[in-house]
Amino acid sequence: MTWNPVTCSLFPVTFRFTALACLALLAPRAVLAQQPIELRWGGDAEGGAPYVEADPADPSRVVGFDVEIAQLLAGGLGRTARFVQVGFTSIDAAAARGDFDVGLSGIEDSAPRRSRLVVTIPYYEFREVLTVRSADAQKYRSLADLRGRSVATLGATLAYDLLVEAQAREGIVPVTYEDDVHPYSDLVLGRVDAVVLDAILAQRGVRRNAGLTNQSAPLAIGHYVGILAPEATAMRDRMNVVLRDAMRDGRLEAIFKRWGVWNEDQPRLYARVLADPSQYPVAASSLSPSSDAAQTLSGPRTWDAARRYLPALLRAAVITIVLSCLSMALAIAAGALIASGRIYGAAPLRIALTGFVEIIRGTPLLLQLFVLYFGLAAFIQLPAFVAALLGLGLNYAAYESEIYRGALEAVPAGQLESARTLGFTEPQILVLVRAPQAFRLALAPMTNDFVALLKDSSLVSVITVVELTKETSIFAANIGSWVLPGLMCAAIYLAMSLPLARVARRIERGWRHA
Amino acid sequence: MTVLDVRSLEVRRGGRTIVAGVSFAASPGDVVALMGASGAGKSTILRAIAGLDPIVAGSVAIPRPVGMVFQFHHLFANMTAHRNVWLAPVHVFRRPRAEAERRAQELLVSLGVGDRASAMPHELSGGEAQRVAIARALAIEPPVLLMDEPTASLDPARRGDLAATLRRLAADGRTIVVATHDAEFARACAHRVLAVEGGRMRDVS
Repeated sequence: MTWNPVTCSLFPVTFRFTALACLALLAPRAVLAQQPIELRWGGDAEGGAPYVEADPADPSRVVGFDVEIAQLLAGGLGRTARFVQVGFTSIDAAAARGDFDVGLSGIEDSAPRRSRLVVTIPYYEFREVLTVRSADAQKYRSLADLRGRSVATLGATLAYDLLVEAQAREGIVPVTYEDDVHPYSDLVLGRVDAVVLDAILAQRGVRRNAGLTNQSAPLAIGHYVGILAPEATAMRDRMNVVLRDAMRDGRLEAIFKRWGVWNEDQPRLYARVLADPSQYPVAASSLSPSSDAAQTLSGPRTWDAARRYLPALLRAAVITIVLSCLSMALAIAAGALIASGRIYGAAPLRIALTGFVEIIRGTPLLLQLFVLYFGLAAFIQLPAFVAALLGLGLNYAAYESEIYRGALEAVPAGQLESARTLGFTEPQILVLVRAPQAFRLALAPMTNDFVALLKDSSLVSVITVVELTKETSIFAANIGSWVLPGLMCAAIYLAMSLPLARVARRIERGWRHA
Repeated sequence: MTVLDVRSLEVRRGGRTIVAGVSFAASPGDVVALMGASGAGKSTILRAIAGLDPIVAGSVAIPRPVGMVFQFHHLFANMTAHRNVWLAPVHVFRRPRAEAERRAQELLVSLGVGDRASAMPHELSGGEAQRVAIARALAIEPPVLLMDEPTASLDPARRGDLAATLRRLAADGRTIVVATHDAEFARACAHRVLAVEGGRMRDVS
């Protein structure tokens, strides 16, 4: 390329103009390319109104005050909000992994969250409320009145910590649920005597179920916050600016008023937050409005937590082993009856038993447990442990019966025939000749099933039985990590299943020599 | 005196006639051999006499209980040889346990397997298992003893022993019917040999 002196003299002007024009055109695009235009926010639509719920008019959309706070944050950051569905109990882990920019779903401020994640300033203050049946409103005014009684709550919440503490102090029995609907319906049914949850859920529970009363004295005060990945401090600071602005100009108030949860606690909270520009203007949580008991809920070091949770894990392991042994005993007895009925019974009995086996094997155990515990509650109210025992026992009975049927049919027909010529009756042949041989054939698959049952017993947590896996997940949620709880849980399961396999091998060997 | 009387026996299986027009009678002390090739219908005749297969026509008159020794013995695999023998006397015939156990041991000794009383069936040789099966059948004191292919699991020397044993049992007043394809054995043990061919029978003795 040759250098032209004429154009050269014009060049600086032309260049400046062109460069400016280009910049003007490119600038917004360049800025957008560097920064994502979306604010991805995580929440659990199963939590329901007023937090986050699928819009009844259009289930593909979500509505709720947390949805509007997400939009408020997104607007303040020049982005658009996009919802990411996350299960409530895994929301901390998802935030830590960076599955979304911010988690908002009625998430409680707590010391463990502050130590593991980055949390925004609180945007809502709630009270933990005791809900009882109206008939008991005079009798049960506080947790101290509920000694020896079952008190329900949602797992892995401030309310749960409250109940665990009250278990030691007041002798109440905490019962944890996976959702916030069944605690109240079970309170009506009399399965529990009280529910402790935050006031928003408590008011909803009382609205939906007749005959319940919320006690006015709060058991504790807590705050809802947004949670972010540990490195997202800059984003947190920008969100705090947006939230403080929205507290000042009344936009937060408008959101909470729209959802009917605005009260006099909020202006007081906002005044405290606005008066203190620090990162944590209020304490993480307090067990009573006046005390500085936040200490009791603050996250201890992991090893301390392990020591603190070990007794609870071992207690839960006892539940697991007792439940598994009783369920297996039921499964063996019922399975043997079903197998005998299918081999010796009349046609209608055989058809009925085949139908039972196919239905049980063809549907999920989880569904069977729900039906037994919640579905049948209108007709018969089974205690949770009994429902768990029946659910596991009958489910495994279907599988055991197939093992026994196969084993009974594997006993050579010639032996049965020779027994008949000797004059034995069919029941005698079954008891003296056929069953003993079948049982030996069935022992190895039975051991296998017992180990499987031991692990499947973790499913009963959905009907409020706190066994080993449930206790582990509570532990994990409270310390914010699955590593140590998972290892401890696995070790306890192995400690239960390995000796079992050894005992079975010894029995099998013993029979071979007998 | 006739103890076993089979008249015009007919057995069908799956719409096919297996045995037809079989008649014979036997008295106490008789050893009768049903002789023929495999599939001739010998086993079916024994099973029909024992009541294991239903008969379509004809009649069988036989005193109960019936003693039956199967070709493959079918000892109860979950118990010792001794218990195999005393189980029916105790549970079916309500004999006192101690007496039944003593009698079972005597039977095992008389059949030459007294020292194998505590062995499990899978630990016995073919010949031992057969003698335990004979003891088991005799323990219920049947007037008639039916045996299906008793020489199948025996070497030639043992066959002679068995023929002598059956003669001895018959001499005590029992009636023995043996189904066999072994002509030499049939001649050695039986007073009468009946040839079975294609489900029919003729007397060849």
